[in-house]
Amino acid sequence: MSTSKYETVIGLEVHVELHTNSKIFCGCSTSFGAPPNTHTCPICLGHPGVLPVLNRQAVEYAMKAAMALNCTIGDVSKFDRKNYFYPDSPKAYQISQYDQPIGLNGWIDIEVDGKTKRIGITRLHLEEDAGKLTHVDGGYASLVDFNRVGTPLIEIVSEPEISSPEEAKAYLEKMRAIMQYCEVSDVKMEEGSLRCDANISLRPWGQKEFGTKAELKNMNSFRGVQRGLEYEQYRQAEVLDEGGVIVQETRRWDEAQGKTFSMRGKEEAHDYRYFPDPDLVTVHISEEWKEAVRATIPELPDARKARYTSEYGLPEYDAGVITSSKVLADFFEDSLNYTKDAKAVANWIMGDLLGYLNSNNLELSDVKITGQGLGEMIGLIEKGTISSKIAKTVFKEMLESGKNPQQIVEEKGLVQISDEGAIKSIVEQVVANNPQSVEDYKAGKQKAIGFLVGQVMKESKGKANPALVNKLLVEVLNGE
Amino acid sequence: MSITAKDVQHVAKLARLNLTPEEEEMFTGQLNAILQYAEKLNELDTEGVEPTTHVLHLNNVMRDDEVRESLPIEKVLLNAPDEEDDQFKVPAVLE
Repeated sequence: MSTSKYETVIGLEVHVELHTNSKIFCGCSTSFGAPPNTHTCPICLGHPGVLPVLNRQAVEYAMKAAMALNCTIGDVSKFDRKNYFYPDSPKAYQISQYDQPIGLNGWIDIEVDGKTKRIGITRLHLEEDAGKLTHVDGGYASLVDFNRVGTPLIEIVSEPEISSPEEAKAYLEKMRAIMQYCEVSDVKMEEGSLRCDANISLRPWGQKEFGTKAELKNMNSFRGVQRGLEYEQYRQAEVLDEGGVIVQETRRWDEAQGKTFSMRGKEEAHDYRYFPDPDLVTVHISEEWKEAVRATIPELPDARKARYTSEYGLPEYDAGVITSSKVLADFFEDSLNYTKDAKAVANWIMGDLLGYLNSNNLELSDVKITGQGLGEMIGLIEKGTISSKIAKTVFKEMLESGKNPQQIVEEKGLVQISDEGAIKSIVEQVVANNPQSVEDYKAGKQKAIGFLVGQVMKESKGKANPALVNKLLVEVLNGE
Repeated sequence: MSITAKDVQHVAKLARLNLTPEEEEMFTGQLNAILQYAEKLNELDTEGVEPTTHVLHLNNVMRDDEVRESLPIEKVLLNAPDEEDDQFKVPAVLE
């Protein structure tokens, strides 16, 4: 069995919660983590006779997001009811948009294996979020918390132009970055403010018609999306190889088992009977309004990446990593107010900073280091106050305490020893204590000097200026 | 266009209604009568008339993004068929 006989076709549906203060159709708060059902009112609970009123900020965030995704903004947008019964939806319909969404026909560029690919965006529409269900009593009952009902969401539907799980992940990462730069959402997958469903099908290479697709749900992380799609790609290829047919169905990704499972009961043909919501009037979007919103869009990740390569001479790769997150890019630029060495800043960010965050599963906001701190620390290296080696200690201390580097250096006595006399006495001591290495060196083993440098650094507790150590060692060894 | 018993069964299912065969027959007749009544509108010449989704000549009715007080939890739960831990308790929908 192999997947190489088939072309993979993936389309993604991404839901992004807009971080307005209040809900889309009522004044209840949207803040995360409140006690159950304390952010509800007759409107979001779907009581009869209430009137929803649209939140202007939600419309503007949706417009901003749509523009950042290169969509055309409709002149007239309207809301429709999507009818279905489910306990997380108190009205038995969701207010969504059917044929007149906020945005249409956009695109984003993604990079995979150094190649840029453009992925089309079919549409972006506004809708309301549903409540949260917790299953209890051994699965026989559910508890419903309606706090999330009515939180404004945008649903972004891609064209079926994504050809691999890696591309899907790259698409999501770019989507998250754009939303983060636009400041329309927190885009935290673990808090559910960014969610993703995927449609995936296979077809023999060269075939024009799409194969039968499966819809994947419950992928709660970027890694989960990639793994779920990889599994499904494999499963479908296996079915096709055995001469079987793919059933059009919704499948649930099980992270723990690393498999997808058919969700029975969801197969009944979707019949949402959309119709215009009679409680809401149309939204007319004038050119002036569009321009006013467009003016609020900041420099987006692709533009920033291009600027980092041209303005600071960063390699493409470095620029891509740093601009993949707005907070990281802002941190980078903040550092550059205190040092001119952009490449050094990039190296510290990509090496020590991201290494620390990734291995401890932290975000930049969880650590105390500032861009200013990193910039000043690099300044101390440039001035020769500390060595790069000592800087690692200072950096770690900044991550944990947030103190400025000068203060850390003073408190811990980390100032580099650049006094020739002081270093020379250590060098002489080390040479006297290691006759074997000295002999090796004199016999032509250049490597032996490395060991001796190491010993000097150790004696000086890492504080000796490495360049001076090298110079003085050679002098002493050569009997100068 | 006319409504068949099959359409009625489909709509009833979507609305979670259990209909007896007699009810199905009755509603098939009633729904057809309603549609026929609405068919009368087709006699009007609507050439050049913009479709509307609303009878009011209103648009852009919006509010500022301001948080208002929510209902106290006791009132929220007044309509709950059953409750537990300040949440609505409902039979599980199995997936």
